[in-house]
Amino acid sequence: MLRLFPLLFFFVLSFNASAVVSEIQGESALPELIEQLPSTKLNKMAPLIDKIADTSEPKVRAILTPLMEGDLYYVKASKQVVSAYKNTENQYDLTDVFTAETLPAVKKSTIKKIRTNNRLRGQIRDLLGNLDLKSTDPEVRIAALKLLLDKPNETGINSVNKLFKSEEDDEARELMSTILLVQQLENGDIDEKLSAAKQLSSRLEPTVKNALVKQLDNLPKEDETKALRATLTNSISDIEQQASVFALVENLFFGLSLGSVLLLAAIGLAITFGVMGVINMAHGEMMMLGAYTTYVIQQMFPNLIEYSLLMAVPAAFLVSGFVGVLIERGVIRFLKGRPLETLLATFGISLILQQLVRTIFSPLNRQVEAPMWMSGSLEINPMLSLTYNRLYIIIFSLMVFFSLLMILKNSSLGLHVRAVSQNRDMARALSVKSSWVDAITFGLGSGIAGVAGVALSQLTNVGPNLGQAYIIDSFLVVVFGGVGNLWGTLVAAMTMGTFNKILEPSMGPVLANIIVLVSLVLFIQKRPKGLFPQKGRAAE
Amino acid sequence: MKLKKLIVASSIVATGLMTNFAYAADTIKVGVLHSLSGTMAISETTLKDTVLMMIKDQNAKGGLLGKKIEPVVVDPASNWPLFAEKGRELLEKEKVDVIFGSWTSVSRKSVLPVLEELNGLMFYPVQYEGEESSKNVFYTGAAPNQQAIPAVDYLMNDLGAERFVLLGTDYVYPRTTNKILEAYLMAKGVKAEDIMINYTPFGHSDWQGIVSDVKSFGSEGKQTAVVSTVNGDANIPFYKELGNQGISAEDIPVIAFSVGEEELSGFDAKPLVGHLAAWNYFQSVETEENEAFIASWKKYIGDDKRVTNDPMEATYIGFKMWAKAVEKAGTTDVDAVEQAMIGIAVPNLTGGIAVMNPNHHLSKPVLIGEIQENGQFEVVWETPDTVIGDAWSDFLPSSKNLVSDWTAPISCGNFDVKTAKCSGQKF
Repeated sequence: MLRLFPLLFFFVLSFNASAVVSEIQGESALPELIEQLPSTKLNKMAPLIDKIADTSEPKVRAILTPLMEGDLYYVKASKQVVSAYKNTENQYDLTDVFTAETLPAVKKSTIKKIRTNNRLRGQIRDLLGNLDLKSTDPEVRIAALKLLLDKPNETGINSVNKLFKSEEDDEARELMSTILLVQQLENGDIDEKLSAAKQLSSRLEPTVKNALVKQLDNLPKEDETKALRATLTNSISDIEQQASVFALVENLFFGLSLGSVLLLAAIGLAITFGVMGVINMAHGEMMMLGAYTTYVIQQMFPNLIEYSLLMAVPAAFLVSGFVGVLIERGVIRFLKGRPLETLLATFGISLILQQLVRTIFSPLNRQVEAPMWMSGSLEINPMLSLTYNRLYIIIFSLMVFFSLLMILKNSSLGLHVRAVSQNRDMARALSVKSSWVDAITFGLGSGIAGVAGVALSQLTNVGPNLGQAYIIDSFLVVVFGGVGNLWGTLVAAMTMGTFNKILEPSMGPVLANIIVLVSLVLFIQKRPKGLFPQKGRAAE
Repeated sequence: MKLKKLIVASSIVATGLMTNFAYAADTIKVGVLHSLSGTMAISETTLKDTVLMMIKDQNAKGGLLGKKIEPVVVDPASNWPLFAEKGRELLEKEKVDVIFGSWTSVSRKSVLPVLEELNGLMFYPVQYEGEESSKNVFYTGAAPNQQAIPAVDYLMNDLGAERFVLLGTDYVYPRTTNKILEAYLMAKGVKAEDIMINYTPFGHSDWQGIVSDVKSFGSEGKQTAVVSTVNGDANIPFYKELGNQGISAEDIPVIAFSVGEEELSGFDAKPLVGHLAAWNYFQSVETEENEAFIASWKKYIGDDKRVTNDPMEATYIGFKMWAKAVEKAGTTDVDAVEQAMIGIAVPNLTGGIAVMNPNHHLSKPVLIGEIQENGQFEVVWETPDTVIGDAWSDFLPSSKNLVSDWTAPISCGNFDVKTAKCSGQKF
């Protein structure tokens, strides 16, 4: 018996020893895994990343996040794994991923990036998402839950099960219950599936609909599943109904945003064409000058990109307005009453302006950056997202429209402009300087075109040919809406934009454009003066 | 007084003519037919500079056949009929011995009748849709089996894509390529409702509706991928809209055939990281030849930030092959050079050898790369060896039985192997 004692002692000790050893191994497992990162090939990275995440250590985030974002490097000489960020002196600040100590800054040539690809980034995003479920920031939790709903995984679902009762944020609770309901739909018994299917009919996430459709497809057609099949079909059709309503709203939004671009382009022309009867073929180039003004402002103030658009609006107005006044004083004034000559002369001016820009800047497009507040989209619900740049441009174009309306209705300049456009001779008889009014009107119209160019710089490529793409549409809107009528321009622009966007999904953009143009031609045959023609004896 | 004036005038004219003659006899003229303005300028201007660089290097080595090479640059301004006019000007008026030119297939198709009528020679350096093999053109860019088909294979096998969106600009290259891809996908078992096809005009900037459609097409539970044959500066608003509507490369990857380092330079590529392109060359490939080429390009153009891309490599290979063929034939005569070209081999910039095959197409490797933050590409897949370019796709019923072989005895660009008939060039 006594001889067995040492054996027993060693036996017990070995257990403890192995426990201690595995504890030590658990702590050192992560550094060993990190050491393997530099030498692992791309197609063998996935299991290594899983192992790193499985250690469940808080340092995992500091390793995986830079790896996903392309900031994880290793020092070529020592194979030490670091996260590296470029500093202002064109060198890289290093931080060891395990010890978190900062190292002296080095040149790019001494470190090498640890590469990833799409698949790995997706995998890391899912793993980090699971960690994020427990974050203290509700926004982070919500983002992680949305990711989990799209791509469910076992660890995540287990976490949701545990966290559901203690979740305080309403949006997060809703997402959690959706996730759990989808699980219940897929894995529960018939009654659980029925209740889940009923409750899911109000959830708009695409994953929910796919799960319902999959359930319906895989159900055997027996009597006992009849109620479930009916509930599933109803839920799916409810969701599809809501989807079609939101698709219509989205299409309307697209139409309004196209309409707002057309409005901005055409409103300046409505004034010059309406008041003076001058066909200005250089109107597109006024917009192009406005877009280039935005580019120049961004080049002059590279640190103020966020405010560049606010600065560019008055600058573009002044630049294009000034060029417009020059054109009026220099060319158009001498061609009064000769519309064809004006057309030719302004066409020539448009070519000159294009070539001028090509010579000064370059024939290639210029890069105009979008400020952060203009990027991304506003998510109203999982089925409807509105992009910020288009949203702001719709608001902006309405602001421009109403301020122009204010100027024309409430200012003395506006009074003079309206007088001259209705009856020039009478206005002159009442001591209105009609030639000055002409110059200022042309300047105003061109200035507005410049402002339109600022908006266009955010939506399309800025190049010497930018004006050519919009001049025809501008004239179409003005003719359709009725010459000289601002409200007509608004209605015409929005109608054309919406009509185009409604046709686009089924016909494609090219055919949609053709149909819009043909419809316009037919409309003009019926009503040559447009939607809201000018009234009065002096109007021809 | 009048006689004196006449003698002075005629002697000036005579010397002028003589110097002209003397100059013309001593140089070999090379025409450059690339758009330097308009929607395609973003892509084509750099090719003009590449040809000029190659000519400068060749002249530094003593020129060709003892003569200096003189470049003749014209600007067809992204205007397709103007390509034919300018091509005629180069061949008839300037009497160039070879043309390096074109990017869009519509521009190539536009100048093709002129080349065949005046027996000119053109090197076409851009990836295209195939279905063509002219005696007067050497195609140094990729045919569909060297770009489009391997790209779709990568999407299906490596990314598990089951639904496909084919987005293209509305002209012959995307339309034909999508025809081939649609036939290929359906032959591989992809259902017609899992394929969405859409075309937009050149310079299209309003991508809201289309990107939204792609988003909803891709949210039906199956992995969706986009194959983009969008050309020119319409790509910039397209990628911007993808970023704005929140479509990341992990959700719906976009593989492009006409977007390279040049199109991405100057564009903030952060929202595009992870999207793909398929080419036969990337600037990021690390070989000695490539490092040397990039260094000499940056030195020539005087700007460290300029990039190299696949059509530049194709121009490089084309020029080197042409020079070698001229030396082999001992003359710049088009017929002699054309026959001498077949079989010429020069090293490419990715560590292999490019060979000119009898069908006027090259053997090229296929590389798939992911866009990085700095606008460069990281190779994620490549063919183990070079692939011989196939001018006539095996997946279209109209071209299944056609081969091109410009050596005797066939000497035909579209020879039907079933009926043993040569059908001649169809414009």
